[in-house]
Amino acid sequence: MKFRVFRYNPETDNSPRMQDFDVEPFRGMMLREALMEIKKQDESFAFRHSCGEGVCGSDGVNVNGGNKLACITPISELKEPVVVRPFPGRPVIRDLIVDMTQFYRQYKEIKPWLIHKDPLPDQEVLQSPTDRDKLDGLYECIMCGCCSTSCPSFWWNPDKFLGPQALLAAWRFLADSRDQATEERLSELDGHYKVYRCHTIMNCVEVCPKGLNPTKAIGHIRNLMLKNAI
Amino acid sequence: MALVRRKFDALIIGAGGAGLNAALQLANADMQVAVVSKVFPTRSHTVAAQGGVNAALANVLPDNWHWHMFDTVKGSDYLGDQDAIEFMCQEAIPTVYELEHDGVPFSRIDNGKIYQRAFGGQSQNFGGDQAARTCAAADRTGHAILHTLYQQNVRAKTHFFDEFFAVDLLRDDDGYILGALVLEIETGEPILIEAKATLLATGGCGQVFRTTSNAHINTGDGMAMALRVGIPLQDMEFFQFHPTGIAGKGMLITEGVRGEGGYLVNKNGERFMERYAPRAKDLASRDVVSRAIVTEVREGRGCGPNADYVLLKLDHLGEEIISKRLPGIRESSKIFAGVDPIKEPIPVYPTAHYVMGGIPTDRWGRVVVPVGQGPEEVVPGLYAAGECACVSVHGANRLGGNSLLDILVFGRSAGKDIIQFLADYRHHRPMKEVALEQAMARLTRWEQPGSGPSVAELRAEFRKSMEDHAGVFRTEEFMQEGVEKLEEIRNRLSQVRLKDRSRVFNTARIEALELENMIDVGMSIAVSALYRKESRGAHSRPDYPKRDDANWLKHSLYSREGDRMDFKPVRIKPLTVPSFPPKDRVY
Repeated sequence: MKFRVFRYNPETDNSPRMQDFDVEPFRGMMLREALMEIKKQDESFAFRHSCGEGVCGSDGVNVNGGNKLACITPISELKEPVVVRPFPGRPVIRDLIVDMTQFYRQYKEIKPWLIHKDPLPDQEVLQSPTDRDKLDGLYECIMCGCCSTSCPSFWWNPDKFLGPQALLAAWRFLADSRDQATEERLSELDGHYKVYRCHTIMNCVEVCPKGLNPTKAIGHIRNLMLKNAI
Repeated sequence: MALVRRKFDALIIGAGGAGLNAALQLANADMQVAVVSKVFPTRSHTVAAQGGVNAALANVLPDNWHWHMFDTVKGSDYLGDQDAIEFMCQEAIPTVYELEHDGVPFSRIDNGKIYQRAFGGQSQNFGGDQAARTCAAADRTGHAILHTLYQQNVRAKTHFFDEFFAVDLLRDDDGYILGALVLEIETGEPILIEAKATLLATGGCGQVFRTTSNAHINTGDGMAMALRVGIPLQDMEFFQFHPTGIAGKGMLITEGVRGEGGYLVNKNGERFMERYAPRAKDLASRDVVSRAIVTEVREGRGCGPNADYVLLKLDHLGEEIISKRLPGIRESSKIFAGVDPIKEPIPVYPTAHYVMGGIPTDRWGRVVVPVGQGPEEVVPGLYAAGECACVSVHGANRLGGNSLLDILVFGRSAGKDIIQFLADYRHHRPMKEVALEQAMARLTRWEQPGSGPSVAELRAEFRKSMEDHAGVFRTEEFMQEGVEKLEEIRNRLSQVRLKDRSRVFNTARIEALELENMIDVGMSIAVSALYRKESRGAHSRPDYPKRDDANWLKHSLYSREGDRMDFKPVRIKPLTVPSFPPKDRVY
């Protein structure tokens, strides 16, 4: 099977290039395994990967134009030649490895931790199954970055617009019945950029390998902001 | 260029559950703490833990920590240290509540308390009815816990060195650990991190086997670092093969599937676990279930065209339970096995999963080593916690749900002990430059030009040898052959050369360093396994089929120098309750 992969090593290359590889496919082969096979052929080829089962979020790449998690992408679903590039819009460090600093910074910006102000009980803080259900579709995010790096608003304003991943995380805490910092969270999200640069293009929803819906979460945040403003 | 040197109170190597829970204690106490991780913290393999964490909260069925302790001692095939086990089972309860307060999105039961499910080897009342002790966030508990701990560390302003690879520990002539040499992966620059206390929390080493549930990063780095500064590894012959890996692939299908009511069948549709464990059936201990599956396949009752797996059936649970409690499993089965478990059973076979052994520690996470003929002593400035450590709470076989518990309890305990240690230990000791040069030599070795076998070639051969010779069933002759093969592979390692010696994000160099670590750790497994002439827990020898308490109720210690074996007694005496004396282990 034919693969065309993005290559760039700042020590030896003046500019990026595409390199072709042939990989012997096997039944059930995932893109990650194909990339590992390419690395066997040329050990200088660099990409991040770890768990191999779609939970660590290391191996997000751009495949045939769309962001995907390599370890859960069967190559049988890909058209040849399979064109593999790094995430768009991020500075390339080497080959498929991009600098995700900005992405992590935006995540930290939303205070991604539970804030509970009342004195804590000796046991667990109670939460009804219905309230707990509100976290489904939010807490499962693996921070792979497929969503934010496919979002045109994040491409244009990565420093000001928080991006779908961070906003999904923001809603995860706003939606948690145990969290008691709703006012502060909303006031910090206020302004023209942080939330409102989302133009519901919905690339994030399309690419999320975990089937999550950041656009919907952003909608919830906006509704809550409106409700609070009135 | 001069080597960059940084100083911290504490250095934590590894950012999984153990490392992050320790870091959180330290950062909350305003200590200067550095966490070095070769991957961004939320990529650590704790993220993959599915089923849950054990604590006798008694939310679903009656329970108490003493029953949990009994099950753990029995599960360990009486090789676990009972003082450490008592400590862990007591601490489990406040530890889980603390995690919940930190924000872990546990699943809930109707009264709002944490959901708990049944898991293997759990009982009420010292071997009675099945217990429900495993606190779960659906089947993504590790993910929920790891992300929460990372979030809390961000709040507490822990200093992270993301994507830095730890090369070697630095130890002075008085035996003190002074910190570590680390490599910034992005730039290829080495950095010296000096610390008054260093915690190894580098996780497991499942990558030494070809088929494993473990991630690419689980290469036993911390264990190998300990070996290289003269610290032995304890009980390395005890490696857990999880019964239900996806056949031919190795990805894990949680024991929680059987906890929710799923069961195993052979090609005749027979629920074969009834023959091997009449009472606990599919929820017998992992070692028991793995051996049963391998036996079924060897005796020709496997399923599929090659009769090389069994089936895990759960369609009878119904779509609602599966979607609610096991959503991740459904997803994984569809992706990797091509089956939807709502309709079809999942093909499964044992997969290398967890090392019970590791760096010997006490229950405060302090690394302890034997000194001459006397009692063991603490290695000053060195701690270990989590899968890389051996406290020992798992003995010869770990119970499901006790792994997340181990990393959380002992990560926390180590963090708290380091705070006390730092109170008495105010200054950094002078760096031993010779030790630093030796650590640097480990890096420069890979600068050698020329040609030789590739890292990938030797790695593939090594992992296959481990799988062939140190698997579920182990006989003398076969293991002897395995050790010889490993010796030969270890010798050939010096001929391996990197073609790519560039600096920026050179993953080939990292994989070379990892291969060195894996070979050291693999050797410790093979040599320890050959040495122990009995069957106990996960260590199963057809030539010595019985447990032999008279000769082998003791911990093994493997030292890298001369591949030497040594032993130390099991701590049978608990802290406050009477001992559980060794008994026949039936489920």
